[in-house]
Amino acid sequence: MKTWDAIVIGAGHNGLVNACYLQRAGLDVLVVEKNDWIGGAATSRELTPGWLYSNCSYVCSLFRPEIMRDLELPRFGLQVIPYEGGAVFTQDGDYLASYRDHDAHRREFARWSPRDAEAYERYARDVTRQCRFIQPLLMRTAPDPASLRPRDLGELLYLGRKFGELTPSEMALTLRFWTMSISDFLDEYFETPVIKANLALSGIIGTALGPMSPGTAYVLLHHYMGEVDGSVGAWGYARGGMGAVTKALADSFVASGGTIRTGAGVDHVAVKNGRATGVVLASGEEISGKLVISNADVKRTFLKLVEEKELPEPFLRRVRNFKIRGSSGKVNIALDSMPEFPALPKDSPCLKGDMHFTDTVERMERGYDDWKEGRFSRDPFLDMVLPTTLDPTMAPAGKHFMSCFVQYAPPKIDGRDWTDADRDAFAETVISQIADYSPGFRDRIVHMEVRTPREIEAEVGLTEGNIFQGELTFDQLLFNRPVPGYAQYRSPVGGLYMCGSSTHPGGGVMGAPGRNAAAEILRDLKRPNRQMSDAHDVI
Amino acid sequence: MERDIAMTTQPATRRAAQSHIEAVRLESPFHPRFAALSQQNDWYSWAGYKAPHSLWDEEMEYFAIRSQTAVFDISPMVKYRIEGPGAEAFCNRLTLRNVAKLKPGKVQYTAWCDDEGHVLDDGTLFRLSASRFRLCCQERHLPWLLDSAIGFDVTVREETEEVAGLAVQGPTSCAVLKDAGLAGVETMKPFDIRVFPFGAGEVTVSRTGFTGDLGYELFIDAASALPLWDHLFAAGKLRGIRAIGYTALNRARIETGFIVANADFVTAEHAVRADRVRMPDEIGLDWMVDLDKPYFNGRRAIERARREGTLKHVLVGLEIEGNVPAEHAIVYHRKTKEAGLVTAAIWSPTGKRNIAIASLERPYGTRIVDDLWVEIYALRELRYQKLMKRAKIVERPFVKLARRTLTPPGDF
Repeated sequence: MKTWDAIVIGAGHNGLVNACYLQRAGLDVLVVEKNDWIGGAATSRELTPGWLYSNCSYVCSLFRPEIMRDLELPRFGLQVIPYEGGAVFTQDGDYLASYRDHDAHRREFARWSPRDAEAYERYARDVTRQCRFIQPLLMRTAPDPASLRPRDLGELLYLGRKFGELTPSEMALTLRFWTMSISDFLDEYFETPVIKANLALSGIIGTALGPMSPGTAYVLLHHYMGEVDGSVGAWGYARGGMGAVTKALADSFVASGGTIRTGAGVDHVAVKNGRATGVVLASGEEISGKLVISNADVKRTFLKLVEEKELPEPFLRRVRNFKIRGSSGKVNIALDSMPEFPALPKDSPCLKGDMHFTDTVERMERGYDDWKEGRFSRDPFLDMVLPTTLDPTMAPAGKHFMSCFVQYAPPKIDGRDWTDADRDAFAETVISQIADYSPGFRDRIVHMEVRTPREIEAEVGLTEGNIFQGELTFDQLLFNRPVPGYAQYRSPVGGLYMCGSSTHPGGGVMGAPGRNAAAEILRDLKRPNRQMSDAHDVI
Repeated sequence: MERDIAMTTQPATRRAAQSHIEAVRLESPFHPRFAALSQQNDWYSWAGYKAPHSLWDEEMEYFAIRSQTAVFDISPMVKYRIEGPGAEAFCNRLTLRNVAKLKPGKVQYTAWCDDEGHVLDDGTLFRLSASRFRLCCQERHLPWLLDSAIGFDVTVREETEEVAGLAVQGPTSCAVLKDAGLAGVETMKPFDIRVFPFGAGEVTVSRTGFTGDLGYELFIDAASALPLWDHLFAAGKLRGIRAIGYTALNRARIETGFIVANADFVTAEHAVRADRVRMPDEIGLDWMVDLDKPYFNGRRAIERARREGTLKHVLVGLEIEGNVPAEHAIVYHRKTKEAGLVTAAIWSPTGKRNIAIASLERPYGTRIVDDLWVEIYALRELRYQKLMKRAKIVERPFVKLARRTLTPPGDF
């Protein structure tokens, strides 16, 4: 029987990034994927003829350009197009637009409040400063504060030195940023409800917290750390849908000699004498490998794929306590024509970006109240995009694909499993919200896919349907992600590594966990790692 | 005293403003006249306004400033109206200079700082009456001004779009204004403000400018902008009145040694890199800091920095050998040790010398002033010609014109 140098469980973006780097470093790598298609939560699927659905993740910003370049993803077809605008619709028939032009953006804010318009510069400066502090940490293994190894000490020193370079007021801001609620944070800059609602949304997306929960200010930073071609904080569409990201990765992987097997779900990781020896598929087939790397989240990996007896009790306890609460769903819609939003000027650039209907932070928080009580939000928060306004490849000419990210949706309804009736009622909250602002919207719907946490977990494998493979709160970041003592992609089982978003620096289609894990694996193998370039300088 | 500082607009107002996106670049109230005169069609964005780099020939536009009358549109300059019984006390708390000494009808060139003594902006403070001021500047500061106004009996309002402004600069500018019927304008001294009737309304004139030449700045309701323009150009025809763009103005301002926010220094609320900010003493504005007046923002930090000798930078004027402008060149001590950076540089047509404004790291520029050099990378036909040229610290203004302050000015 063939023994692979490395077996990667899951063909999500991080699994593929990891596999690409290992293959390029000379290992013989196999990726096994339970679905008949690749991509994990970064897929494009033709669910109705003629339409490509980005049916999980739907926009791109965080994916690291260093990885795109190292793995030659443009050569394999990856293109990212930035948003042209964005809007929050207000209940009084107006809207707050986001415009790319700096002065137009200011004038749009000034429509609502001249003070807020001019406060935006101070806000942008402060957020940019924090991003610049954190960005270099994304592509580095988090130091183990309890370790005395020279590398850990060096990394700790780096972290300390970077913090030490901050001015006293920046240090104060950093600590506040990492601990405050996004609502409190925005109150310090702005007075207009819709402006705060617009900026707060980045603080709650993918998180089982409300905008008034402490810790959400950091989640906002996490969403601002990305870029489109150097434009920091910008978001864009992957041409061909988010599957274009994983398709480019897979093509790059295969071109460098790697092997992918789809329809090959892993039943468990084979462990002998405390060391991973391969995987056993659901079919019973055994595949032998010197290393096993799991792209699955930390709960799925260690509570489902590894036998409990192989794991130390404290580790297991911490994995059980890891917060990975489902909080969101998706409604993906094929439209036979461009929906109208009469509140917006004709041909507004806002249609070519993210649109929302939640115009106050309080409404967002009320949506979260429903989640706490075990229900989906009656008045949900939507992050709605029409990628086909900029990407002609996803639907026939004149037709459109609409992606609605929906929050909040609990992993269970009143403590019981979701039913199909629940799912349909959930979808109705979304459609009726859109229809309130877009007359005739229902009549344009050709096909619709509704994904609650139940569907996301069942199909993609994300525990509770949590899009980040674990919440991005400060207790679960850096050397505490996923659990203290195991934040460097290794696990208590020899030869078994983690490379998914449960690890540092966390979720989003970023690729950094997969890359950083590959660096650690190659270090353990004492193999040169010449294909991996350093993180771009933040100057 | 607790004050309501909310500025939220009314629904009807904000709806009416939705269409702003149809014209991403604002047009100044004078734009139709500039557009008609523009042969170059060379526009740039100044604070969101369409503004001309050059209209017909930047060289000739410069000489209009130094020989005739040049008209430059200052409408895009950010303007705040500060009004109320507490306006003087507020402005005195806000800015570095002593506003109690600023009489109604006078202008101060001034600057203001955050609590750490870092400069937020520089600008001109017009005292239009005992209780009414106008602050003109490059950057936007409404939250800062509103929050600073808490506890003062004063209102602050941004009025950039409502007030049109023209700089009328050059040796014949006084004569042009006299011919335009501004009776007695020749008796105005530098930094004087006077109001003249114009049409059904009035025009506010100050003897100020950014050129170091004889010159005035005219402010008028946006609605009366075009009649004022037409009147001035008719009156100035025989005196050589011409409209100019920013390139020409920038040459004149460098000759005068004036600094520009976010070009020669980085304003505190915009600096993404926290170490890039500057205190007044670090950008040549130490003379503004008035320690005899009551407390003002940043005072403690400025005094501490002076006491403890922690000032890091200094702004100097340089004269550089040769004739190649040293824009953004690195300044060296003994040709090897980096000492700072040139922020603006030109060959001065009026001074006939190669001049520059530079930001140096102390002690260069303070204790060490000799043996300074600049490394100029002159790109000539796809090759950098690297020049190491001697630089000498010299007084600003580089060009000092007697007519700038002469009262009454000559009648050309």
